[in-house]
Amino acid sequence: MDHPLPPADLALPAGLRLESALALLRQAGQGEPGGDPGSADWLQTVIDRLVDLSSRDALTGLANRRNFELALGREVDRVARSGESALLLMVDIDHFKRVNDTYGHAAGDLVIQAVGQALLETVRPMDLVARIGGEEFAVVLPNCPSAFGPQVADRVRQRVARSPVMLPDLGAVAVTISVGGAFAPQWVRSSTAMWMERADRQLYRAKSEGRNRVCLEPSATPQVSAEEKGLLFAPSQWQDDE
Amino acid sequence: MTDTAKPGPNAARTARITAVTSGKGGVGKTFVAANLAAALARRGDRVLVLDADLGLANLDVVLNLYPKLTLHDVFTGRVPLDDAILPAPGGLSVLLAGSGMLEYSRMTPEMGGKLQEVIDKLRPRFDHVLLDTGAGISDVVLFTISLADEVLVVATPEPTSLADAYATVKVLAATQPSRPMHLLVNQTQRRGEGRTVRAQLQQVLDKFVNSTLATPLRLRLLGEVPQDAAVRDAVQRRLLLLEMLPGCEAAKAMLAVAAQFAGEAG
Repeated sequence: MDHPLPPADLALPAGLRLESALALLRQAGQGEPGGDPGSADWLQTVIDRLVDLSSRDALTGLANRRNFELALGREVDRVARSGESALLLMVDIDHFKRVNDTYGHAAGDLVIQAVGQALLETVRPMDLVARIGGEEFAVVLPNCPSAFGPQVADRVRQRVARSPVMLPDLGAVAVTISVGGAFAPQWVRSSTAMWMERADRQLYRAKSEGRNRVCLEPSATPQVSAEEKGLLFAPSQWQDDE
Repeated sequence: MTDTAKPGPNAARTARITAVTSGKGGVGKTFVAANLAAALARRGDRVLVLDADLGLANLDVVLNLYPKLTLHDVFTGRVPLDDAILPAPGGLSVLLAGSGMLEYSRMTPEMGGKLQEVIDKLRPRFDHVLLDTGAGISDVVLFTISLADEVLVVATPEPTSLADAYATVKVLAATQPSRPMHLLVNQTQRRGEGRTVRAQLQQVLDKFVNSTLATPLRLRLLGEVPQDAAVRDAVQRRLLLLEMLPGCEAAKAMLAVAAQFAGEAG
């Protein structure tokens, strides 16, 4: 590919070579940072843009695997002490190889982009959607109560199933996804690998049970009914008989 | 667990094993375990606190210890148990979990056997062994509690703590019935709030849980510990409250709790 060369008269601190970095930013459509080339502000902007670039997936613009693992690690440590309920979804496009084989890789890319966009539009702004492999995505949902999990996951699945992907010259192609999910163990320090493995196991189950479905790890948290809570928090009028 | 192999609570030179648990985290469970242990030690008893919060151990933080040897080393067979029993401030002994114990969100039979073995070895050597469990109701927490003779539930009057304490008691009642269950209400705002909280919990237990049990479950109130700025101060300075400010309201309350605890047969 052709890139305009960086200005030759760039007044950079001695020994600093930024040609490739700037070429990379231009290729990503980020353009030249403003300000005085070589100044601390200017360098900081270059670095910030490189960081942003290296945490995104090039095809979809979603978080990439590196960014995802970083976010997941933070979430594991946070929920261990806060006890908050957090959900991890693993998403895989069903029969993706068939799409590639039938319509070609360019079509495959469009399908991946469409699914990524559908995921992004179905979750909350605070949730992290990442592309972590070829046709595999992951969604981290902090502060997601276990009672909402099935609904949230199925909304994602339905959204993809109901939105055929338009391929140029080929028309609409139906796409479905399988979703596996697991909640972070509350109050227990876990690891990203273990959490991913638990969600992956559910994804595997969704695949083997026929695809285009959601499987979540059953929650171990005992259910306290609304009736029990009502009585527990009711204004006290009884006599303590102890 | 069956009780057949267990010696009676009053058997000579046999430790009373108490699991300290809470449902919700951050309600002062480790603070209570450490200071209750210190208060019991002050009465002349031999006390050990075992940090059974295997994934999020922080007894070492509360007591300002930098353990070289931990339960993890005992479990992996690197050192004998004796080497990992450490003296701690307040005249107590501790067995720390250390931070090497990630991933114990699930109980393996192997780990269960090792924990059981450790507790069996501690029994003849102490008067009291407090098991500081993790928060929540994971397999590890439930198993740890099953190794104890009795349970001490720490809760605050705050609604989420109350709900989580209730959930814990409910699960224990269903899975491990017929065991003395004590309640300590921490961070109370007014005198008598502990009694209120106990009665509130008991009322819901009576209505929703006790009808399903052969022996109805009765929560015993061990005491209440008032909200006290000195507690935060002690935790931040990583000192035992009983050592730092033995005359403050919360410390006096902990001593009263210990007296009540020691006075009960268990």
